[in-house]
Amino acid sequence: MNDILLFTLLTLGLLGLFLAVVLYFIAQKFKVIEDPNIDLVEDVLPKANCGGCGFPGCRNFAEVSVAAANEKQSLEGLNCPVGGNEVMKQVAAILKLEVAEKEPMIAVVRCNGSFANSPAKVQYEGPKSCAFAHQLYAGEGGCQFGCLGLGDCVVSCDFDAIHISPLTGLPVVNDKCVSCGACVKACPRGIIELRPKGKKDRRIFVSCVNKEKGGPAKKNCSVACIGCLKCQQVCPYDAITIENNLAYIDFEKCKLCRKCVEVCPTDAIHELNFPPRKPKNDDGTEQSKQLKVDATASAASAGSQNLS
Amino acid sequence: MQQLLLRLPGHRIYPKCMNSNTMLTTFKMGGVHPPENKLSAKAAIQRLPLPKQLIVPLGQNLGVAPKLLVKKGDEVKTGQLLARGEAFISANIHAPASGKIAKIDDALDASGYRRQAIFIDVTGDEWIEDVDTGSSIIADLSVSKEDIIARIKAGGLVGLGGATFPTHVKMMVPNGKKAEYLVINGVECEPFLTSDHRLMLERGEELLIGISLMMKAIDAPRAIIGIENNKPDAIEHLRQLSSKFSGISVQALKVKYPQGGEKQLIKAAVNREVPSGKLPIEVGCVVSNVGTAFAVYEAVQKNKPLIERVVTVTGDGLAAPSNFLVRIGTSVSELIQAAGGLPDDTAKIINGGPMMGKALVSSDIPVVKGSSGILLLKSANSSRKIPKSCIRCSKCTTVCPMGLEPFLLAKLSKLSLFDRCENERIMDCIECGSCQFTCPSMLPLLDYLRLGKQKTGNLIRTRK
Repeated sequence: MNDILLFTLLTLGLLGLFLAVVLYFIAQKFKVIEDPNIDLVEDVLPKANCGGCGFPGCRNFAEVSVAAANEKQSLEGLNCPVGGNEVMKQVAAILKLEVAEKEPMIAVVRCNGSFANSPAKVQYEGPKSCAFAHQLYAGEGGCQFGCLGLGDCVVSCDFDAIHISPLTGLPVVNDKCVSCGACVKACPRGIIELRPKGKKDRRIFVSCVNKEKGGPAKKNCSVACIGCLKCQQVCPYDAITIENNLAYIDFEKCKLCRKCVEVCPTDAIHELNFPPRKPKNDDGTEQSKQLKVDATASAASAGSQNLS
Repeated sequence: MQQLLLRLPGHRIYPKCMNSNTMLTTFKMGGVHPPENKLSAKAAIQRLPLPKQLIVPLGQNLGVAPKLLVKKGDEVKTGQLLARGEAFISANIHAPASGKIAKIDDALDASGYRRQAIFIDVTGDEWIEDVDTGSSIIADLSVSKEDIIARIKAGGLVGLGGATFPTHVKMMVPNGKKAEYLVINGVECEPFLTSDHRLMLERGEELLIGISLMMKAIDAPRAIIGIENNKPDAIEHLRQLSSKFSGISVQALKVKYPQGGEKQLIKAAVNREVPSGKLPIEVGCVVSNVGTAFAVYEAVQKNKPLIERVVTVTGDGLAAPSNFLVRIGTSVSELIQAAGGLPDDTAKIINGGPMMGKALVSSDIPVVKGSSGILLLKSANSSRKIPKSCIRCSKCTTVCPMGLEPFLLAKLSKLSLFDRCENERIMDCIECGSCQFTCPSMLPLLDYLRLGKQKTGNLIRTRK
């Protein structure tokens, strides 16, 4: 009995020892030499694996940044949108480099064709997929550039940052957005755009992507951009370009002066998170606009008085 | 035993063809038996009066849209060239009536989008010169091969079965290939539609002359007209007429959907199988619709371009389901009006048949070269049921006429795995809708297959 046990232990032990020696030499021969920085960089990354940086995952981004640091001594063109400047600074510190500060971005839905603004003319019954509906027809409201409201962007979002509002039928982005760009790729109509978050979350953008002429655009949606050129003329910073009957505000040139918002006849230009306008006595335009609002308000109240 | 077999669900008993000494044939793989509902089968083809305005979309053919030749304010005559197809796969467009070009603007078409179209204010029906508008039948088979193809090209002919592939391209047999059979599609397997059936009955002789001309163009010694056995009168009629023409025979086919598919028809009529991803010429066949054959007759013998076609207007609740000979560009609402007006509880207006057709977003959409029927459905018959989970019953795989796995392809397409879709041969899908028709869980299989096929096609094109 003891002999058998001894024999077994001895043979297995010797075999194990022999294989360990073999494996040691093989491991030495085929050793993968990896920059230890890669692990360090990966540790500071958010590990969301969202692909927002343009690489398949966080590990891949770490490898690319370390390689870039070793070769070019710069992290230009590399950015983790989820981690933002804080994480990029840590990455740069590990790699002993400097990194330029990047403005945080956010996804912006450039369509305002809600149930009220673009009433449904037909009813869609097919599968809940924007990609499919896009190849099928223009949309319930009739606008062939506008939001289909079936939620491909919602499905694509890993951060619970975009939802379809049941009141308007349009996607709404909340502050969980990390600007990874998944929804931008998922939208078959290219409605969603990444724009800077802006100081105090203040943003101005054209909430329309309709490239049709004014007439047909307006027929399908009451808040469509009709390409009237008014905003382009009023912009003091030359930030607005109009192409194919559609205005676009260049966020790099825009100084958020809000002049275009006032002149837009269809309210297609949106301002977000700005304080309400105050009447200015020395500025004629502001005053008159305010007065007009007052006049209509009083008229409405007068009407209600008559009715009662 | 025979009786018992015939009474199984899905099988119908048809009157046997008189004179039929050949056996009925069909394709082997898959297929379904939707209710036929050929309501307008007895309605003779009527010519619809000219409407006040015609809307002629530019993109009416598969491939590249033709180049516009006219401008706003031009006076045009019936049959005048409006747009020339300059690319290889493109087809001319002619004025369907004489009048003045009101504008060239975007108009809603059957695609559901607004596309470029020519608006013509109709003043009359004054034809251009050298077109024979008489009704006498001309059988001049001495036209040369090149002349036939040139006239087909000039006439702007496209496949009238629905795919709208330019006919002159199909008639040019590639070098090194030999066309043995011209297979003519008189199957009309789509439920409800009867335009081809009526055409075969009423324009049989013209049709056969057209077939003879096409045989000459592709050097095919034989032509086979495939007709399903639910049209015994058409089989009989064409059998009698075809005895006068050499090389043309009629093959009666068992009723099964989608027998009108190119590859299914070749299998049924000639018993050859087209390899995956290849064209029918690979097995020595050229397939064409009966409507196209009639248009070839008109173009070659009478010099008449393709400006009108037979459209079935049918549906449940419609007062008079009919077959109309209408000019291209006539609004769908005019057709419905002529067939007795839109029933109150219509839920869907479908362009084409119930299996492959597509619901229109408006009744002001014009008839184009590819419209074979207008189908009105009530909500009870057309609304979709709530989809449930796939129960792996494999019914879709059984009925797929191309031997694909629709449940898998739909899933892959839903998950955007288009490279795997390609490996599973999504490009072989003929979009017949048999899978969705048979699915007990009401899954939108065809919808996802169509999406996947389009995306995979884009993927393959970008790779090149």
